[in-house]
Amino acid sequence: MRNHFFTGLSSALTLALVLVVLPTGAQTSEQTLKEIERYRAALADGNPAELWEARGEDLWRKQRGPKMAALDKCDIGLGAGVVKGAYAVLPKYFADADRVMDLESRLVYCMVSLQGFTPEQAKKDPFGGPNKKSDIEALVAFITAASRGVKMNVVASHPKEQEYYELGKKMFFHRGGPHDFSCANCHGADNQRIRLQDLPNLLKQPAAQSAYTSWPAYRVSQGELRSFQWRLFDCFRQQRFPELVFTSDASVALTMFLAKNANGGVLSAPSIKR
Amino acid sequence: MRAKFIHSMVVMLTSGLVISGCAAVSEQNDSAKNAAKDAATRQAALAMMQASFKTRGQASVDRLNQDETQSLCSQYQDNPPKEVREKIESLNQKLTLFPADGVLLGDWKEGEKIAQSGVGKQFSDNPENAAGGNCYACHQLTKAEVSYGNIGPSLYNYGKVRAYAPEITKYVYGKIYNAEAYSACSNMPRFGHSNILTPQQIKNVVALLMDPESPVNK
Repeated sequence: MRNHFFTGLSSALTLALVLVVLPTGAQTSEQTLKEIERYRAALADGNPAELWEARGEDLWRKQRGPKMAALDKCDIGLGAGVVKGAYAVLPKYFADADRVMDLESRLVYCMVSLQGFTPEQAKKDPFGGPNKKSDIEALVAFITAASRGVKMNVVASHPKEQEYYELGKKMFFHRGGPHDFSCANCHGADNQRIRLQDLPNLLKQPAAQSAYTSWPAYRVSQGELRSFQWRLFDCFRQQRFPELVFTSDASVALTMFLAKNANGGVLSAPSIKR
Repeated sequence: MRAKFIHSMVVMLTSGLVISGCAAVSEQNDSAKNAAKDAATRQAALAMMQASFKTRGQASVDRLNQDETQSLCSQYQDNPPKEVREKIESLNQKLTLFPADGVLLGDWKEGEKIAQSGVGKQFSDNPENAAGGNCYACHQLTKAEVSYGNIGPSLYNYGKVRAYAPEITKYVYGKIYNAEAYSACSNMPRFGHSNILTPQQIKNVVALLMDPESPVNK
């Protein structure tokens, strides 16, 4: 663990080096991209996401809430208590809730139904920050890590799942706000960049797969593990939209669209990103 | 014999016409049905979004509602047919205002700052601060700035290669003010029309592109 902390430090130093050696001149941008690739490879060496995974595993097994129950009876997609491979089939329709759910909304559901928390208590800290830890993000880290190496397999055969996929697709192309932005403006064409940041084309399978399967991720620049709900929340902030409500229907519908487009991709999350 | 032959030809042709006529009608019905279904799905998606977002800071839920341009571009996934394209461009031409004093060139040094800044209009931004244009997010501009995106074309040497022509200067102002007037469903925000940048800020960005002294043209 300590070792990883130092690897993280050396990664940060590598970043500093990369920034210093950024070449000048347009013709050298290929070299710049290579340097960024090298930096990413250096980061992958040690991933602090392990800290979140370990805390999440404890939370999964611990008896908590008014009912003093553990979450390990929670059905997150493959039956009660099955963790391995479950993330690969989400989002999914759950008959007990009569709702299509992603991982985060399913965790909230189980915290309410099994442990007796109120929905407000369960959703209290969806994202970690400087002075608060998010239990949900830790649980997400533990559960997604158990699907590393598993192929995405969102079946979407239930009519509700198909409906969410179609609604999510419409949201992807929905232009709005003062900047007229939709998801598609940045993520609907090949080989696009904002500044030096690559933008995956989420409409085409290889890019959609590698993008989706690398979330959740530990973000070096934030020192936090970030869930897919956070990824959408922060994309919409940059899109100049209002705030996407945590585990809202729109967040699940859009996740359904993106997750199904990534079918066949091998999960590598939680990964590590800049 | 001959009459019979002609008769059967006529029958064949007529039935051919009838069949192709039927196909055309049913195709029309199908495409009308699909269009209606598509519109209903878009409406349902908007309703779901309205229930799934909340106002935060300056970003109110009104921002989910679309004007005609946004709605048409979403409907056609940013690739509308020719007549819709022309409609979008013409309605936005009417929404493009040029400065009353006719002055289009400001200060390129201020323009460079605006091009660098991505601040503005996010719920995490303080609305008291002036917004930036974030031009470098999508365009190459000066040679010195190597961190630029590629969603838009390179604008390096933009004015120089166009001989600083006055009609180009006017086009640049209009394009920044309202990109949809020139290229329907462009990725580029309508900086003037949507009150992201003030007319003076737009003049400064025009100068960044069109002033011979600007590093863009060096």
